[in-house]
Amino acid sequence: MRHLLSVDDLGRDGLEELLDLGESFLEVTRRDIPKVPALRGKTVVSLFYEDSTRTRLSFETAAKRLSADTMAFSVSGSSVAKGESLRDTVQTIEAMGVDAIVVRHRSAGVPHRVTTWVDAAVVNAGDGRHEHPTQALLDALTLRRHRGTGLDGARIAIIGDIRHSRVARSTTKAFAALGADVTLVAPPTMLPEAEAGWPATIGGDLDDLLPTLDVVYLLRIQHERQDAALLPSLREYTMRYGLTRERAARLKPDTLIMHPGPMNRGVEIAAEVAEGPASVITEQVANGVAVRMAVLYQLLGSGATVA
Amino acid sequence: MSAPDATQPEPGPATREGGRFVFRAQVFTADDLRRAHTRIAHEIVERNHGADGLVLVGLYTRGAAVAERLAAIIEGFEGVTVPVGALDVAFYRDDIGLRPVQPLGPTEVPVDVTGRTVVLVDDVLFTGRTVRAALDALTELGRPRAVQVAVLVDRGHRELPIRADFVGKNLPTKRAEDIRVRLAEVDGEEDTIEVWGPADGGGTGER
Repeated sequence: MRHLLSVDDLGRDGLEELLDLGESFLEVTRRDIPKVPALRGKTVVSLFYEDSTRTRLSFETAAKRLSADTMAFSVSGSSVAKGESLRDTVQTIEAMGVDAIVVRHRSAGVPHRVTTWVDAAVVNAGDGRHEHPTQALLDALTLRRHRGTGLDGARIAIIGDIRHSRVARSTTKAFAALGADVTLVAPPTMLPEAEAGWPATIGGDLDDLLPTLDVVYLLRIQHERQDAALLPSLREYTMRYGLTRERAARLKPDTLIMHPGPMNRGVEIAAEVAEGPASVITEQVANGVAVRMAVLYQLLGSGATVA
Repeated sequence: MSAPDATQPEPGPATREGGRFVFRAQVFTADDLRRAHTRIAHEIVERNHGADGLVLVGLYTRGAAVAERLAAIIEGFEGVTVPVGALDVAFYRDDIGLRPVQPLGPTEVPVDVTGRTVVLVDDVLFTGRTVRAALDALTELGRPRAVQVAVLVDRGHRELPIRADFVGKNLPTKRAEDIRVRLAEVDGEEDTIEVWGPADGGGTGER
């Protein structure tokens, strides 16, 4: 594996290999000194053209726990504000001697473009509506730890603005590759336009599905979508698609509730449900550091090939 | 290099040069191994004037199994339950990036090593680089009073100033040879330790 741009780069074996490695790093992150010298001397730079708190912090924590040096590049206050092109920015950063570049950009395909300009390993930390592969990995690790190896036969509903969500795209692919049965649930304006690239059942009635599900995966409803006429109102969304207390009560007792964050409490998920015993939302965050350690180690350290 | 010989019985894994390993000699039978474990267990207790304050820490994969065996033997004759841990040293190795280095198991040391005597246990001592990595990994868990090393086979070719305190057998080898250790609880086969060498190495003992 030279870069991690899409879940498609991995396949089931590649996913399993990264998840196994993620489990090892999870053990490392629980030690009194949660740090190993594996990537001493390597430099990881995060290049974020879009706002992010958790993904960026998670990658930086992951790099530091592997003893890599980290550099952060944020668009505001940089020469991008002076009109520097993406290519010039990337090549300038590489000239400083970096081994991996973690890229987030509002446009799909930017991480792939970056790979053609540099020798460093490139990790996609979210590109437009395309993909967010490390989110998919941390979701898969979270489920695997609750269910044992493999997600074979797990019934999962992903609910929310699927069409505009890179998280939904990557996570659906990863869950399906690991053997889960995924259903995408959303208002028609938020379902994918085409089936291609979505290994899932598209559309379904949430209230019918509830008692059959092993996992409910909720996506953040972005307020700005209301203005784009995709939603009549947040209130109506909550009534039809929100995981309210009443809906949560109809789930099986062992159904897991997931959310990639940040949450809109009271919109897609009720506050009590997000904090209830079935919620694994904070575990997702902890597992995020471990899988990002696995990705960086696989790209920069192990010398092994996934693909 | 030479292609694997199809007539060779049970060709071993590929050698670094691309040839195949073939069986040379058995150096430990299951009975020999049992006796070696018993002797090492006694030596550990003798050297440390008892088993109190000891921790046996096995290095994955087979060192962890050997540590369990030694602890069971010590409990049998000394009546003391010695804590047993397992250490994965992958992320502390100095050859990361030079070859595929993957973790082999979860690091689990059930007690605080600070102030105790830690016996690192492995199956084979070769270059000493695994023990070097283990010393680094151990340092992060605490400050042992002392660290000792126990191995079933010392095959020589050290690249670092490291030695074993307890040795099952000193076994001079060629660098290109391979020591194959098989332990029932890890490999599902009868215990044995064998020397394998490159098929085209021209050594003795080839079938």
